Amino acid sequence: MPALVALWCIAALLALAVAAIGAARTTVGSFLVYGGSLIASLLALAVGVITLIDGAPAEPMVLPVGLPGLGAHFRVDALSAFFLVVANLGGSAASLYGIGYGRHERTPLRVLPFFPAYLAGMNLVALADDAFSFLVAWEFMSLSSWALVMANHRAPENARAGYIYLVMASFGTLALLLAFGLLAGAGGDYAFAAMRTHHPEQTTGLIVLLLALLGAGSKAGLVPLHVWLPLAHPAAPSHVSALMSGVMTKIAVYGFIRIVFDLVGEPVWWSSMIVLALAGVTTVLGVLYALMQHDLKRLLAYHTVENIGIIFIGIGLAMAFRASNMNWAAALALTAALFHVLNHSIFKSLLFFGSGAVSNATGERNMEHLGGLIHRMPKTAVAFLIGCVAISALPPLNGFVSEWLTFQAILVSPQISQWGPRFLIPAVGALLALSAALAAACFVKAYGITFLGRPRTSAAETANETDGFSLAAMFVLAALCVILGVVPGAVVELISPVVQSLVGARMPAQSYLPWSSLIPIAESRSSYNGLTVLLFLASSGTVTALFIHRFATRATRRSAIWDCGYPNASPATQYTSSSFAMPIRRVFGTTVFDVREVVEMPRPGDTRAARYHVKVLDPAWRYGYGPVARCVLRTTTKLNRLQFLSIRSYLTLVFVTLILLLLMVAAWR
Amino acid sequence: MAMMIDLAAQAAQMLLVLAIAPLILGITRKVKARLLRRVGPPLWQPYLDLRKLMHKEAVLAHNASWIYRAAPYFVFAVTWVAAALVPTYATNLMFSWSADLIALVALLATGRFALALAGMDVGTAFGGIGSSREMMIASLAEPAMLLVAFTVALIAGTTQLSAIAETFATADVGLRVSLGLALGAFVMLAIAENARIPIDNPATHLELTMVHEAMVLEYSGRHLAMIEAAAALKLALYFSLFACLFVPFGIATADKSPEALAIGLAAYIGKIVLLAVLLPIGETAIAKMRVFRYPIFLGGAFAASALAVFLLFVSRSF
Repeated sequence: MPALVALWCIAALLALAVAAIGAARTTVGSFLVYGGSLIASLLALAVGVITLIDGAPAEPMVLPVGLPGLGAHFRVDALSAFFLVVANLGGSAASLYGIGYGRHERTPLRVLPFFPAYLAGMNLVALADDAFSFLVAWEFMSLSSWALVMANHRAPENARAGYIYLVMASFGTLALLLAFGLLAGAGGDYAFAAMRTHHPEQTTGLIVLLLALLGAGSKAGLVPLHVWLPLAHPAAPSHVSALMSGVMTKIAVYGFIRIVFDLVGEPVWWSSMIVLALAGVTTVLGVLYALMQHDLKRLLAYHTVENIGIIFIGIGLAMAFRASNMNWAAALALTAALFHVLNHSIFKSLLFFGSGAVSNATGERNMEHLGGLIHRMPKTAVAFLIGCVAISALPPLNGFVSEWLTFQAILVSPQISQWGPRFLIPAVGALLALSAALAAACFVKAYGITFLGRPRTSAAETANETDGFSLAAMFVLAALCVILGVVPGAVVELISPVVQSLVGARMPAQSYLPWSSLIPIAESRSSYNGLTVLLFLASSGTVTALFIHRFATRATRRSAIWDCGYPNASPATQYTSSSFAMPIRRVFGTTVFDVREVVEMPRPGDTRAARYHVKVLDPAWRYGYGPVARCVLRTTTKLNRLQFLSIRSYLTLVFVTLILLLLMVAAWR
Repeated sequence: MAMMIDLAAQAAQMLLVLAIAPLILGITRKVKARLLRRVGPPLWQPYLDLRKLMHKEAVLAHNASWIYRAAPYFVFAVTWVAAALVPTYATNLMFSWSADLIALVALLATGRFALALAGMDVGTAFGGIGSSREMMIASLAEPAMLLVAFTVALIAGTTQLSAIAETFATADVGLRVSLGLALGAFVMLAIAENARIPIDNPATHLELTMVHEAMVLEYSGRHLAMIEAAAALKLALYFSLFACLFVPFGIATADKSPEALAIGLAAYIGKIVLLAVLLPIGETAIAKMRVFRYPIFLGGAFAASALAVFLLFVSRSF
């Protein structure tokens, strides 16, 4: 039943996509398409929530589409339902935002048809119950989002981003294809139900796991497979960026969890170490690169890499716990990971919406050209601030809760029986702690440079507040950030059937606790209560303010900036994005970044201005992709000669190939 | 009735930290002045300073936003709540379960986040330099602080501060390598987080060497009073944390009789005063560091605490 309703929603979205081709030229068209997407996503969201609360057993559905005679299998179990919630929460918010934001679209025909199709693709991945429909849906999702990345294809950097995205997406799908091929086994039964009944043996299982890590990891943005992400996510229109960063990376996480926790069975115990090591590195590198960015949307995209790292730390911990039969701890770690999936989809969408509002209002994405927007866009500034606090994992908002749960999971890991993970996990814990603090620095910079200070350009000075629909979408998400942070127990309850079905245990029931406390293991071990913290903060802050205003003075005078007596009217004297990040660049510069600083100092007597260039490169390009790309280029240049041979040489080539193949066949037999 | 007593005990703790915080500052300043062969201001001078600032007119820049005006109250509230959550004279107070040690570290980070934003609000170079450096220090100090938290949590088997203090006060924890490393790291962090020498100088008048002071340079009047009070509270918090994590002796645990509470209170004040005397002695003995040497100092703290956690992962008996 839930699968049927969800499939109808997807069908509606696909129909919308087709209708949008015709409707894109009209002004109502955009409203209708986004409005329709909003309704369909809300319906699918309701399906997900009801399935999670209801807990009805999942019933498989076979539709007579896809491969002839075999059909396509769909099913909504707890895991699918949870990711339906994540996908459609983001999807509905993006649709609502799109109603307002889409009006500014210059080429609606390049966006409108693909938007509902993209939503439909992501939903289909979560619903698919066989390898074939999973891969078709996965590719559909990739290609529709590629079309959206290319919406503004005239910008050369967008074309490059689209190209790299396409290459990485194909690579990822190839890895998944091979993984499913191994899972299907010699019998070739491609339905998930069949894979569940006979798990592959351990070596095959390990290869499947590695392939899943490559396939899903490249879509999610695990270092070093992340390089396409900071290029492609910012290139799309902002509501699509929100979906790509907030939702599609989570669908990739879904793919990984589905394969590793559901289909593979028990992988070898040390496989968790690969995941943990990659995740730990991803977490810190993601946030450090985010700190170095000046483009607001690119900063957000890089920061997604960090959050994917945090999610994968949770998943890796769950794998390690499962391998040493600590199912209760695996439940805690997996709950933390899934909670962070939900949280990140909320605040990352919110922040991308905010950056879209800013770039619409000013035409700028470069933070060095912004500033002072809190005065011109006060409402956006509030919503964006809530997103920044939430993503920096600060109490009492939601980002903190999931990180706190991850820390709690790390703190029970000395009980793991194998030594490998026990040596690795403290290091991962240290990396997670480091990334949490760096994230705060990153978002102080993002918010401080963009919204605070004095406007650096006239575009920032004359910006106007964004429209009502966009604001509504942002404030709904901001409210969710607060609510999820204050009553985390409800979310844990929502996630518990998922965790129960995957690791056979769950976190202790949270619903009976007074004041909606959160207790991961036992009350004597640790507890956190967002509600009391919030109430405490609110009451002590109010009491203090009232006390001061009543018993001291309220006298206030407005005056010029003091600045130690030497104020300078030029906004260029403010700290900029690069100067803010400079100390951290210095600290980590030699080890982590590929920083090139060039100082052009004019000779004495020369009146030219001195220039200072800083270029921060992602070492993944220099050491990973660069050599590969150069190698491919060299080989192809060499092979290029083959295109200009005479007919005689071609015939010889064909003949030689034939002989070789025949020899191979002969040797094989 | 029992609830009223519990509530009163919690309120007493909130008021105790608030009342004692400026005194700590007064003691450190007095001792420091004596060490420099000056007479120094009286012990209660910080109270007078706060009172004076509160009654002064607040001067705001024309382009100061609501963040600039709200941040001092917010920072004060966050620091006060965090300080009230650290057990001082007794464990297991009414709200001790609402946030654990990790949440406490994060609460302080929330306050710092707000203050760093406020530093950038008006758009001056000094505000920016302060915010940027503060976040750089925090990005190295906070993870180390979390690792210290992990160390004590792994030994005590809980992250609840009250339960940790109780374990350390009553159970036989003994001398441990990991605790020693954590103690060293904690002292270094407390110095960095409270903007003391050698990381920062609370009494500096040279703007380029300022970190915390540069960030709040534009503040005046009651807003400045709030920030100064928050800074004093933060120092009190770190002292209390030191007392309850590393020397929790005398703290009232299960026995909540008036005598036990009185002993707890006396022990707490004794420990705090001792720390307030030791801090300036340490400060006068060393010189301030260059900004780009901070990572070495803080990296040392990070490495020490990481080593402590690592040892505990190898064996609980370290």
